Amino acid sequence: MRNNISYWKKGFRDGIPIALGYIAVSFTFGIVAKNAGLSVFQAVLMSAVNVTSAGQFAGLGLIAASASYLEVAFTQLIINLRYCLMSCSLSQKISNDTSFIHRIFIASGVTDEIFGVSVSTEGKLNPFYSYGVISIAVPGWVLGTFLGVVSGNILPERVLSALSVALYGMFIAIIVPPAKQNKIIAGIIMLSMLLSLAFAKFPLLEQISSGFRIIILTVVIAGAAAVLFPIKEDTNEK
Amino acid sequence: MKNNVYIYILVMAVVTYLIRLLPLTLIRKEIKNNTIRSFLYYVPYVTLAVMTFPAILYATSSIWSALGGFIIAIVLAYRGKSLFKVSLSACLVVFLVELLIC
Repeated sequence: MRNNISYWKKGFRDGIPIALGYIAVSFTFGIVAKNAGLSVFQAVLMSAVNVTSAGQFAGLGLIAASASYLEVAFTQLIINLRYCLMSCSLSQKISNDTSFIHRIFIASGVTDEIFGVSVSTEGKLNPFYSYGVISIAVPGWVLGTFLGVVSGNILPERVLSALSVALYGMFIAIIVPPAKQNKIIAGIIMLSMLLSLAFAKFPLLEQISSGFRIIILTVVIAGAAAVLFPIKEDTNEK
Repeated sequence: MKNNVYIYILVMAVVTYLIRLLPLTLIRKEIKNNTIRSFLYYVPYVTLAVMTFPAILYATSSIWSALGGFIIAIVLAYRGKSLFKVSLSACLVVFLVELLIC
């Protein structure tokens, strides 16, 4: 019990930069939602039950265009399919006997950022760590949305611009330290960034949406790495 | 808007949640196959790297402030600073660079 509380606290601490980054992003989402004709309640509700930036922005576009429900469902499936990969990865990170209830709640917090910090914890993932992160990050996401809808200019442009790198800074803090100790991971990270740049810049490739880009590159690069550099039996415990 | 916004929100939420929930509840055992295990072990690094770059360069008002934030984050992360410090330092650098050039 005591142990769970300390895991919760640790998660909460790691969730603070996520919450800050979320506020910057969801603030913009709030502004866009307002322009798309959503009420404060609708925008806040959408953020609270979805917690996915790209998916929500796309959702707004579809709602504004009066798309069919099926189109909306399909778009969300494509854009958010990367969460499926993350969930598969997390299923190996939690202990086998994690209860169904815990799995349901952990799943509610599978976002790029919460996944990032969860998967980088040492050893098996304690569900209470996830709850700690979720309990600060998700309110940040909802609060930013609310502020964005009610007042488009409550945060100065400069502050918003600065906060927009918070999430990327966090990703870097997660992937760089292991790369220092493991040359293969370092190489994989550099290759991933280079190919991601190529996908963003080259004609034809640039037309692939960022959601698909993430899925394609993850499957190809992590797949190739798995075949070329299989991990040793004991390294997965870390 | 002819359709109901609340149904839109519900559809989005259900689809997105199922994507997150199904693998976590269906895969209940430790995967024994070493290739799949290796694949899942490498997934976070590739995913996070792809999401970070080059997107970070276009996140702020200027590519130069973003580049500054990117570099400081890598340096501090390499030195083993905490997630919180790395992230906030990147924000601070972006803020300062933009004060200077904008």
